[in-house]
Amino acid sequence: MKRYVIVGNGVAAAGCIEGIRSVDREGEITVLSEEKHDVYCRPLISYYLEGKTDPERMRYRDPDFYDRMGCRVLYGSRAAHIRPESREVEAEDGTVLPYDALCLATGSTPFVPPMEGLDSVPRTFSFMTLDDALALEGATDKTSRVFIVGAGLIGLKCAEGLCGRVAEITVCDLADRVLSSILDAECAGMVQKHLEKHGIRFLLGDSVRQFKGGTAQMKSGAVVDYDVLVLAVGVRANTGLLREIGGEVGRGIAVNGRMETSVPGIWAAGDCTESEDISCGTRRVLAILPNAVMQGRTAGVNMAGGEAAFDCAIPMNSIGFFGLHIMTAGTYDGDMYEEKTEGSVKRLFTKDDRLLGFILVGCEERAGIYTAMIREKTPLSSVNFDILKKKATTFAFSREIRRKKFEGMV
Amino acid sequence: MRGNERMKRVYVNEPWCLGCHLCEYNCAFANSGLSDMVLALKGKPIYPRIHVEGDDKITYAVSCRHCEDPLCVKCCIAGALSREDGVIRVDRSRCVGCLTCVLVCPYGALAPGADGVMQKCELCLQNACGKPACVTGCPNRAIVYEERGEAE
Repeated sequence: MKRYVIVGNGVAAAGCIEGIRSVDREGEITVLSEEKHDVYCRPLISYYLEGKTDPERMRYRDPDFYDRMGCRVLYGSRAAHIRPESREVEAEDGTVLPYDALCLATGSTPFVPPMEGLDSVPRTFSFMTLDDALALEGATDKTSRVFIVGAGLIGLKCAEGLCGRVAEITVCDLADRVLSSILDAECAGMVQKHLEKHGIRFLLGDSVRQFKGGTAQMKSGAVVDYDVLVLAVGVRANTGLLREIGGEVGRGIAVNGRMETSVPGIWAAGDCTESEDISCGTRRVLAILPNAVMQGRTAGVNMAGGEAAFDCAIPMNSIGFFGLHIMTAGTYDGDMYEEKTEGSVKRLFTKDDRLLGFILVGCEERAGIYTAMIREKTPLSSVNFDILKKKATTFAFSREIRRKKFEGMV
Repeated sequence: MRGNERMKRVYVNEPWCLGCHLCEYNCAFANSGLSDMVLALKGKPIYPRIHVEGDDKITYAVSCRHCEDPLCVKCCIAGALSREDGVIRVDRSRCVGCLTCVLVCPYGALAPGADGVMQKCELCLQNACGKPACVTGCPNRAIVYEERGEAE
């Protein structure tokens, strides 16, 4: 009987378990779960703070998932080392787990850059896990002044989640705009304005010179007084386990389309990996839930001796703040087609007969048609781009493609 | 493997579609939970789970294809979408309205309801109709409910 070990218990691990079980009903699966929770929907932690969901509804799978899948879960257990020669994982508590196939689904950890005086702050918060959200819930009330360092996806979702619970929120970022990893200056400006309407204050192009207890002195000279400090500067892939045994690691664990690492018998999936972004052909960490699920499943199928590949990864995000939806995908390179109205911006980026990427703020209808074109590398010459750029519609495809797509007498 | 699963789906015969949009109204009515069409729809914006695309000459209706390997289900950040017995369903109590499914559906078949929460074609199996209202009400029988294998 094959022995499978999965380090991590996020959605990549859930995908891996399901992938294994789609091939092998018998093998022994052991999951090392650092968090003491069953797999849950991590991106929902801000919705929890908003009161739009609760831990029960945040479950990614039914309560009987692990039983049904015949898995043993070691809660609160961290992997310390891998011994690739003897194919064993050693947990921090000394437990040794032999494996035939190992999957690293270790996720990422908040990155805290050195900042002067940070040790004078009695308590700091991250915003990555359910426990982080529960801690923030417990530490805030209607009188709290919250200071969030980082105006990326995590920082801003945290701000939105806390908005109705606290007295004031200030967000700072070294970048001169919000969501700098996915938005250009103009789109970021729209989003910022929208967030400001809800009372969130921004200090952009600015950083902390020094923390002194409940006060942050900014490089610009501004002073922020706060009760609760959230550090959302960025994350780093958890690659240590593979790095220390000499496996190939860049910004994340290097994997191929079968989710194999450079070390035989070891696969990896999710936020801890880097893989090819097919919209630009470079290797990147694509830390988004859909990729984690699909990579996990791919790894699982292959670990169990099946055949699966996931080789069409692109960055993509659908994120909303107070009703304003932002969708982005791919790479912003080449020629830009732009359409603007009072409350919306559409930007499509095309190069070499392909759609490479887009930014859609406030105009999300049928965006998946654009996303599919990036993922499938659809030649623009095969579609009516004049129709398509104005409106995402399958009508822009030829009758023949449409017939195939909808499998009808179209 | 695609196309190996036998199940009934909603298909549209494009040359027969008149572009009358009745399917949209029948869909909205069937899913309204009301028994009076006038009460359900009159003077209100409708949020149907099927919509007509095309121009003034060619039209066709688009609704969920109930893919065998559905991207929307895999990409849902809330675990709200699932595929059971070939039908892709949304658990509206879990959906947080992030629209990731809209971002990934290659058919452009998904859109949220009036409350911003996702709703989708579930083939009218859960409502009072019991079979797709868009099909039953199509005046030119352009929309059909039958087994054909699966779309690409």
